[in-house]
Amino acid sequence: MHHEFFVSTIFNRYIVNPIAGLFGYHPHHDILPAHVVMVILIFLGLTLFSFFVRSRLSVDKPGGLQQTLELISNGILGLTEDMTGVDPRRFFPLLGALFFYILCGNLLGLFPGFMSPTSNLNATASMAIMVFFYYNYVGFKANGFVKYMAHFAGPSLLIAPLMFVIEIISHCARPFSLSVRLFGNIYAEELIIGSLNSMFPFLIALPVMAIGLFASTIQAFIFIVLTMVYLGGAVEHSDHD
Amino acid sequence: MIRKIGFFAIAIMILSLVAMPVYAQGEGTSNIEIHYLAIAMGIAAAGCGIAQSIAVANGCQGASRNPGATDTIRFFVILGLAFIEFLALLTFVVVLMLQ
Repeated sequence: MHHEFFVSTIFNRYIVNPIAGLFGYHPHHDILPAHVVMVILIFLGLTLFSFFVRSRLSVDKPGGLQQTLELISNGILGLTEDMTGVDPRRFFPLLGALFFYILCGNLLGLFPGFMSPTSNLNATASMAIMVFFYYNYVGFKANGFVKYMAHFAGPSLLIAPLMFVIEIISHCARPFSLSVRLFGNIYAEELIIGSLNSMFPFLIALPVMAIGLFASTIQAFIFIVLTMVYLGGAVEHSDHD
Repeated sequence: MIRKIGFFAIAIMILSLVAMPVYAQGEGTSNIEIHYLAIAMGIAAAGCGIAQSIAVANGCQGASRNPGATDTIRFFVILGLAFIEFLALLTFVVVLMLQ
């Protein structure tokens, strides 16, 4: 899947390469790979969309768009409260941004001429590593260093050395599993659509794209649910003891 | 009946395993590994399918016995399906890496 994307070529030729030329760097190839260009496009699109929505928010006459977004936001907030047990508005900036970013990233691959940035392991690993550091930070902040380290060791002092090693390994596997799950799903879907398109005329791949529509939403949902589970595991110990 | 089907399945699997290097040598020896990877992906997909079907079946059963808990059950089924799917995806990534 190393073919050229029209959007990425145009973006590099007319925006990125001139900027690099200002700093005295004149490469003969595209600087940014396709998935980074797609990430930038999503970033710009979501930012403009947020400003557009914010200018049209109203308490008296909420439009259809506002109601849809409120439905999603309330769903995420309620789920976060169920999973973590603390004030969900604290985590909402991260979780909401992740959800919309992953959803747009997954759905972008279904448009012709674009690719999903999430079908590249670098894009998903960046999010997973950020989640890893964030939930550890939240855990340290909520419990203090000693208590948070103690909950790695398990309840009994007898098996503490064993549990500590196992817990550390299992925590280090979390960003790996988060990133590979998202990457594998989206990449496999793109691979199937691509190979079907190369074998048959393009309408044959349509059912697979419908499944992809479903799987994109599910994967975005799963990503933030797992983030909630990790956050809940990090903060829950402050309540018990 | 099931034992017979299982016997035939295993026989076909062994036959295909035995026949594969022969087939591959006809084209060129470098193709052997690709076939091994395809078999690995097939086994992973089969296991993933069995596990997911058990999860969905029990989820449906629970939801039909206690319709009030449908939302909770749906949530956990989807979460569990994602975990199960990850095992097949892990194989997929390994296959991609070795390819």
